[in-house]
Amino acid sequence: MIAFRDVVVRYPRAATPAVDGVSFDARRGAVTALVGPNGSGKSTLVGALLRLQAHASGAIAIDEVSLDALDRRAFARRVAVVTQREALVFPLPVREYVALGRYPHEGAWRAAGPDDAAAVERAIALAGVEPLSGRRTHELSGGEWQRVRIARALAQGGDALVLDEPTTFLDIAHEMAMFELFARLARDGMAVLLVSHQLNLVARFADAIVLLHQGRVAAAGTPAAVMQASVLEPVYDWPLVVTHDPAVGAPALLPLRGRAP
Amino acid sequence: MRRLFWPLAILALVVLVVAAVLWGAVPLSPRAIVAAALGNGDRQTVAIVRALRLPRVALAVLVGAALGMAGGALQGSLRNALAEPYLLGVSGGAAVGAVVVVTLGLGTPLLLPLGAFAGAAVAIGAAIGVAGAAGGRADPRVLLMAGVVIGAFANAAIMVLLADAPADTIRGALWWMMGSVAGADWTQVAWLALYTVVGGGALLALGREIDLLALGEESAAGLGLDAERAGRRVYLVSSLLAAATVAAAGLVGFVGLVVPHMVRAAGLRRHRPLLAGSAVLGAALVVSADLVARIAHPPADLPLGAVTALVGVPFFLIQLRRFA
Repeated sequence: MIAFRDVVVRYPRAATPAVDGVSFDARRGAVTALVGPNGSGKSTLVGALLRLQAHASGAIAIDEVSLDALDRRAFARRVAVVTQREALVFPLPVREYVALGRYPHEGAWRAAGPDDAAAVERAIALAGVEPLSGRRTHELSGGEWQRVRIARALAQGGDALVLDEPTTFLDIAHEMAMFELFARLARDGMAVLLVSHQLNLVARFADAIVLLHQGRVAAAGTPAAVMQASVLEPVYDWPLVVTHDPAVGAPALLPLRGRAP
Repeated sequence: MRRLFWPLAILALVVLVVAAVLWGAVPLSPRAIVAAALGNGDRQTVAIVRALRLPRVALAVLVGAALGMAGGALQGSLRNALAEPYLLGVSGGAAVGAVVVVTLGLGTPLLLPLGAFAGAAVAIGAAIGVAGAAGGRADPRVLLMAGVVIGAFANAAIMVLLADAPADTIRGALWWMMGSVAGADWTQVAWLALYTVVGGGALLALGREIDLLALGEESAAGLGLDAERAGRRVYLVSSLLAAATVAAAGLVGFVGLVVPHMVRAAGLRRHRPLLAGSAVLGAALVVSADLVARIAHPPADLPLGAVTALVGVPFFLIQLRRFA
């Protein structure tokens, strides 16, 4: 559903491109994980998708329609993006915050209609944040806030969800619940594109992994194909072994100690 | 609180407007005032009501409404609780423009507003230019910092301009810099009404965009908004609105800062109701401040900008305590 084809993104005054010829697809019904070391170009790709950075060459397409041919609202009706960070200066009641997700559907003066209200309720239920819906955004914990942000993204009503490191500050339970939610959304037919550093969770939950290194795709495929020491070691520049998760048999990564910093 | 806001705010504004028309140096009965407003009664009473009191109150209403809306729009779009035209250098730029006109001896009712507008335009242009040059995008933080520094520069420029000006030029410039709606006439009211209706309407139309800008540029982009363009548009319209008030009534600070916080505290958080509420409360605040300015120390008027600051600063400090 989201297709990147030979995408090149160059920051002004930078010697080398931040993203240098990246191609991959995020399909419907699948969790696609975008992984790689810091600075490998993951967030830059999300920025290019949001048109915060222009791509110098290549193409990004949503269901075969080029991003350049889609107006921003039409894009937001199909693809929702949960960015890395978001902090509200002026807190909002949770329900009003989630309702902001209906912006791409609203006209200039049209009041929110029953469709919008229904979409908001559906998103709140889907993200499992009904118990929070009476609270205000500044009264939420980190995990609750992330779920509420996902509810807002779901209220956009599209069938693709892009998340940039959504579990960075979450504890184990909240992180697992979040990955379960992504897997469920993908099972229900959404395209989920997940930027993450949690390789072990990605190995268990993702259907496909795209490994970026210095702006290029170093490896792409099933978790079993990408999660190999010979693939990951040169990219992360750190010695590691890959074993198997005792519970489900998924590949599990273990970084080794013993190299001087 | 939220349901009571509109009836209470409108009631407060109406009561204050009536009080401001009734109160004056020459005591007049309410019946005489109503008659005079309709053109009946002796010539002196008609002149007092029609040429002095009504335009003065009307100008106060417009100045307050425009500043309240400009402040609310700037706070939301720049994601900063301290943003307002006075602190962002827009008013300072307008003041420099006006003082230049006054020191050149051209301080006529026609040229003074033009000078203020030109000064504000330079300040706006400089802030947007600097913010645009830094990183290629108009970053709200850079915009805010540029504005604050431009405001400081404007203050210094005014002091230099007035350094060896004759005493009555200084007094004139100073009076204007402290803000006042005394001596308002219907031409000023008509001009400011035009700006307030057009600019305020534009900000209301941009209300949903401001809701998204308040989430931050990335999230706004994710919801389908061209955040940079929308942010620039809001900044431009609010700045022009503020410059129009400076041209009509001089520097009236803190209204744009305090009023949106009061409206938010009453539970109006989406920007369309927030801005409409800020217009009503802003008008009420400036009318009451002008009333205080007239009553406090008769027969002299206190400077309006000083009264709004005396009201606004303690209120804001209380707000700050709550933030902490």
